[in-house]
Amino acid sequence: MAEILLLAFLFLIAGVVAVPIASRLGLGSVLGYLLAGIALSPLLTKLGVDVESIQHFAEFGVVMMLFLVGLELEPKMLWEMRARLLGLGGLQVTITAALITGGATLFVDEWSYALTIGLVFALSSTAIVLQTLNEKGLMKSDGGQAGFSVLLFQDIAVIPMLAFIPLLALPELADIAQFFNSVDPSSEAAGGSDGGMSLVEGLPGWQRALVTIGAIAFVVVGGSVLTRPLFRFIAIARLRELFTAVALMGVVGIALLMTLVGLSPALGTFLAGVVLANSEYRHELESDIHPFKGLLLGLFFITVGAAINFDLLFSNLGLVVALTFGVIAIKAAVLYGLSHVFAIRGADRWLFTLGLAQAGEFGFVLINFAVTQKVLPDPAANPLSSLLLLVVAFSMLLTPALFIAFDKLIAPRFANAQTRDADDIDEKGSVIIAGHGRFGGIVNRIISSAGFKTVVLDYQSDQLDVLRAFGIKVFFGDATRPDMLHAAGIEEASMLVIAIDDKEQATELVRHVRGNHPHVYVVVRAVDRRHVYELWAAGARDIIRENFDGAVRAGRSALEALGMHAYDAERQTRGFVVHDQKQMRDLADVYDPDIPVHENPAYVERTKAFIDSYADVMRGNSAAFGARIDRAWQPPTLAVPESPSPRCSATSAA
Amino acid sequence: MARVLVYYAHPGHKHSHVNRVMARAARAIKRITFVDLYAEYPRFGIDCDREQLLLLEHDVIVFQFPMFWYSTPSLIKEWEDIVLEHGFAYGAGGDKLEGKRMLLAITAAGPSEAYTTDGYQHFPMRTFLTPLEQTARLCRMSFASPYVLYGSLQAPDAGLVEPHVEGYVQLLEAIRDDRYDFEASGTDVTVGFDSLPIREEV
Repeated sequence: MAEILLLAFLFLIAGVVAVPIASRLGLGSVLGYLLAGIALSPLLTKLGVDVESIQHFAEFGVVMMLFLVGLELEPKMLWEMRARLLGLGGLQVTITAALITGGATLFVDEWSYALTIGLVFALSSTAIVLQTLNEKGLMKSDGGQAGFSVLLFQDIAVIPMLAFIPLLALPELADIAQFFNSVDPSSEAAGGSDGGMSLVEGLPGWQRALVTIGAIAFVVVGGSVLTRPLFRFIAIARLRELFTAVALMGVVGIALLMTLVGLSPALGTFLAGVVLANSEYRHELESDIHPFKGLLLGLFFITVGAAINFDLLFSNLGLVVALTFGVIAIKAAVLYGLSHVFAIRGADRWLFTLGLAQAGEFGFVLINFAVTQKVLPDPAANPLSSLLLLVVAFSMLLTPALFIAFDKLIAPRFANAQTRDADDIDEKGSVIIAGHGRFGGIVNRIISSAGFKTVVLDYQSDQLDVLRAFGIKVFFGDATRPDMLHAAGIEEASMLVIAIDDKEQATELVRHVRGNHPHVYVVVRAVDRRHVYELWAAGARDIIRENFDGAVRAGRSALEALGMHAYDAERQTRGFVVHDQKQMRDLADVYDPDIPVHENPAYVERTKAFIDSYADVMRGNSAAFGARIDRAWQPPTLAVPESPSPRCSATSAA
Repeated sequence: MARVLVYYAHPGHKHSHVNRVMARAARAIKRITFVDLYAEYPRFGIDCDREQLLLLEHDVIVFQFPMFWYSTPSLIKEWEDIVLEHGFAYGAGGDKLEGKRMLLAITAAGPSEAYTTDGYQHFPMRTFLTPLEQTARLCRMSFASPYVLYGSLQAPDAGLVEPHVEGYVQLLEAIRDDRYDFEASGTDVTVGFDSLPIREEV
């Protein structure tokens, strides 16, 4: 027990110390984790920790990441990506593999070694690249999207590669390879097809295909059919952690199923993510899985850093560095060439070229797998596979540096080319609407009918069912939770409309958003006058009293029915609104949430002054607001002659 | 230095080809005040006190608008009704605008030939503008020759938007820097971007 705690503590403290420092220095979190791993590695060796097995465990973070990626990607978008996915991704993998295989034949004598090496280095690091793109907010850029297409294709391509590599085994070793095939302990987590347990082992090909297709169908159909009743069922318990448990259960279950039928768990969860991308539980799932993914990926990067064999590295430093730069150069050249064919331009071209030039975590998996399959020589006899692992790790270690090069050297050159006509930017970040009741619903209809993108969150399951029946898209989730706001995209949002019923929660939400996301404009519904002051004190400036407009209209309607001319009634109520808002603002300035209003001398004094001004109106005193609205239409003869108009404060102010 | 106040009024802002570009350029000029009236008062609730204060703080009042039915967009008329009060702008004690200048920057859909007794608009441009000219006179302001773009609907195809906007900027900057010769043009003409009476030096 103490060992596990010690290990967990070591990994956590390394991450907690290294990542903020790396972020502060502009290196990004990935490099921070890698450096933490390097720093930890002597200690781990001393403790006799099996870093490799921890790495296999941590690879589950990649699975979770692909689930989250799938959640962001609706099936329609995936279909629209097909040209790039197959064309760009397919060409990248084939050309890179061919070139590197060709290059490798100069160094190794067996063509099967060379081909394996080609396959290993055709892959890039989904984990590092997606993490970095998200961190830098480049995911939605053209270069980011192209990179994502290629990474997705690579993740899928791992599956046939794992099937293909055993065929490369030398004929005399084939029997042994067959033997190891069934006992291979490694690579369950990320893409391993031949784990210990299997549903398809020993089945004839057609049955195997049938089971596989059945499993995929189960994920797709189950994802779209089962989620809703399941979430509604657990909503009964009203426990936060149950949602997390269900989300984890889903991801782990799908990964397990995929492993059992010999498919990539990453691919399976990605598929499940895509299926759920249209569901109203998308943001809830996202915020539940997100912390786990982050921690596991962090652990994964730490193990990459820790697994670097420094003895071997230093004894072959020149060779490793040369090979690493060679690989990066070849991969970058292929990517750069493809970016021309697929019309990726400007800064995006360089993002795409430099971003994907490293080898990836699947490289570790493939190398280990190839060794156990006797496709690559045993590390004890021949350091080839250890050297390859070093090159993969080293190229991953260099990736943050390539991104920094992009940020500092390339992006600034293209920055000016993208300035747009300031007046024509109608497309801004989305609007998050918290609460879709009678109030939030109308706000949503107005905003979305004007063509703005809205993300609506509501926490009432039954309300969601009603809305879905009318084709209104609302996500399930509690907007007062920071992680939920994050999942709904508060970082990119330009506005938050708070229309939730609970007064205190609304105020708290205002305080949180003003403090943590000052770029977000907040429109908030106030329940009553006191609530207005609390919201004002919390930093809200666009506060809408929920009953005010209705009451004003009722007042105006009453005036008309009392015989007042409709236009006079309009101006009368308009004057009232102006006056009332001024009073509200003046009182909000002196309101102190910690002191009851009647014990707040400034508040009492101002209120009295306003009450007096109302009394003036009652007595017909022209200095009050009622007179101002009639001013413009008084015939000149009624105005006071010889001196400036006494009612015009502007004149006296001048 | 003259204190310039530009009132821009165009209810169809987003469909505009010329006025929107003019407004954007004017907004960017330093040390002048630019007010988008329809943005300021989308519900026509004009604040008399605030507008009068604004007028007092400026020397040259520019109204920029497209000609609608031989007159201004309706919000400018509402503005006049409310802001140009007796006792402030005219009448007894109404001398607060005395000595200030009014300048109109107008776009008109018809070609300049149309604004003649023989043209299809039948009257010269200045005739349509006499209500505003007389308003200025009653308020003891001087009325400058309006800056007009004729044939505004064809202007984008004819390549006239850019020179007109450029001229507008030069005009406003010249007024601000006291380089604009208000007296140079006659009382019965309008000026265009190719006939601006701007002096080179102060």
